[in-house]
Amino acid sequence: MAAANYPDDLLYHKEHDWARIDAGAPEEATLGITWYAQDALGEVVFFQPPAVGTQVRKDEPYAEVESVKAVSDVIAPLSGEIIAVNEALEDDPQPINADPYGDGWLVRVRVADSAERDALMDADAYVASLSV
Amino acid sequence: MSLRRTPLYERHAAAGAKLVPFAGFEMPVEYEGVREEHMSVREACGVFDVSHMGEIETRGAGARELLQRVLSNDVSKIALKEETGGVLVGAQYSVICAENGGVLDDVFTYRLDAERYLTVTNAANHARDLAWFEGHLHGISDVEVIDRFEDYAMLAVQGPRARELVQAISDTPLPARMTAAVRRLGGSEVLVCGTGYTGEDGVELLCAPEEAETLWDALVRRGAAPAGLAARDTLRIEACFHLYGNDLTEERGPIEAGLGWCCREETGFIGAEAVRAVREAGPRERMVAFAIVGGGIARAGNEVVGGGVVTSGTFSPSLNVGIGLGYVPSERAQPGTHLEIDVRGKIRDALVKEKPLYRKGG
Repeated sequence: MAAANYPDDLLYHKEHDWARIDAGAPEEATLGITWYAQDALGEVVFFQPPAVGTQVRKDEPYAEVESVKAVSDVIAPLSGEIIAVNEALEDDPQPINADPYGDGWLVRVRVADSAERDALMDADAYVASLSV
Repeated sequence: MSLRRTPLYERHAAAGAKLVPFAGFEMPVEYEGVREEHMSVREACGVFDVSHMGEIETRGAGARELLQRVLSNDVSKIALKEETGGVLVGAQYSVICAENGGVLDDVFTYRLDAERYLTVTNAANHARDLAWFEGHLHGISDVEVIDRFEDYAMLAVQGPRARELVQAISDTPLPARMTAAVRRLGGSEVLVCGTGYTGEDGVELLCAPEEAETLWDALVRRGAAPAGLAARDTLRIEACFHLYGNDLTEERGPIEAGLGWCCREETGFIGAEAVRAVREAGPRERMVAFAIVGGGIARAGNEVVGGGVVTSGTFSPSLNVGIGLGYVPSERAQPGTHLEIDVRGKIRDALVKEKPLYRKGG
């Protein structure tokens, strides 16, 4: 997508990752990378989703996204177990750039510790952190 | 250390380029995006600012003798032909070797005149190359080595439409591939060289730094797409051209690198004995081109299982797979050989391929 965009309904991690927790399923979260991250990477040309069942730990890498030039770690904003992955991205990672908060979602996790979310930023705080 | 800027820095900044430190310079890594720029060069025409590259002039009656000593190729083969109003000269690729045969740099040498040569060096090696030339003058009379770094800006215009585009602003026909000649492009006097680093037809232009912006503007106005270092890298890896510091280092020699064709041991260049010994015995390892099978992208430094290392790796915008260059034991260097590459803990399958990885219409 062309213009920077940070939805209000997401929680953000300083390593440019987001988590979406739906009110109806507070024990689960969908994770992805932010508009800023995909813009900095440039075109993502390869993403291999981690395996379902993998445990991810907050602040630690759980996957890699690759642009033409470089590979970058994707950092988990929350701890938990991966319960679903966006398999479509393995064949075509383009949604990570085109729609990072929608079709470009990466994984869904069962949240291990719901208190961890308190350490994440809201959209305003994240945007402010980008301009530092 | 503060970064140096090329004469085209303002143009890059104005075009919104991402600028990164490279070999002590602040260089454009990309403008619109590496894939777009890469495809512009493959399909039409791109223009690169490569003014960070260095130039060394060697002149005098003893110039050839010095160059035969420091360059691996046979410098006497660089042609010089009179043409109306000037000379049409040859261009030649060489490596510079240490005594032990390790590669110190890879360079292009153009003849400027009967007793004048211009050697284009890699930015990061320029000072060392200059010292190397100056350190090997002993016993040669009438030779002068001049640092010409500050006297030239350099633009690479590459792609199937590159010649047509440059021809449109040239006073006379452009020199053919692997030759060079001075031309007036617009108002500027430019050394036009039929060389490149992309696997496409095209020219490289050496001009006075103060003329670089005018020349750049004229090319961009006619449709050359500004292209950055990122696209330069993907293009050269597809074409299987070496990058010094990655695919060529002091730790390895030219035979291992597949550059035996530019080494003429009979000229007695520095390192010739070591190079001859490897050529005769056969190198223990060889540089290969590979493509990943089944997804993934290998990067420089990844190890090949069972011996070997990736020295350049990227995603290929032309082929849409991970590709790269690396060194493997000679017995595993045949095209078609299956390799396993340890990509950050994941084993990726790869096949050794014929070079170049990308060929026009291939």
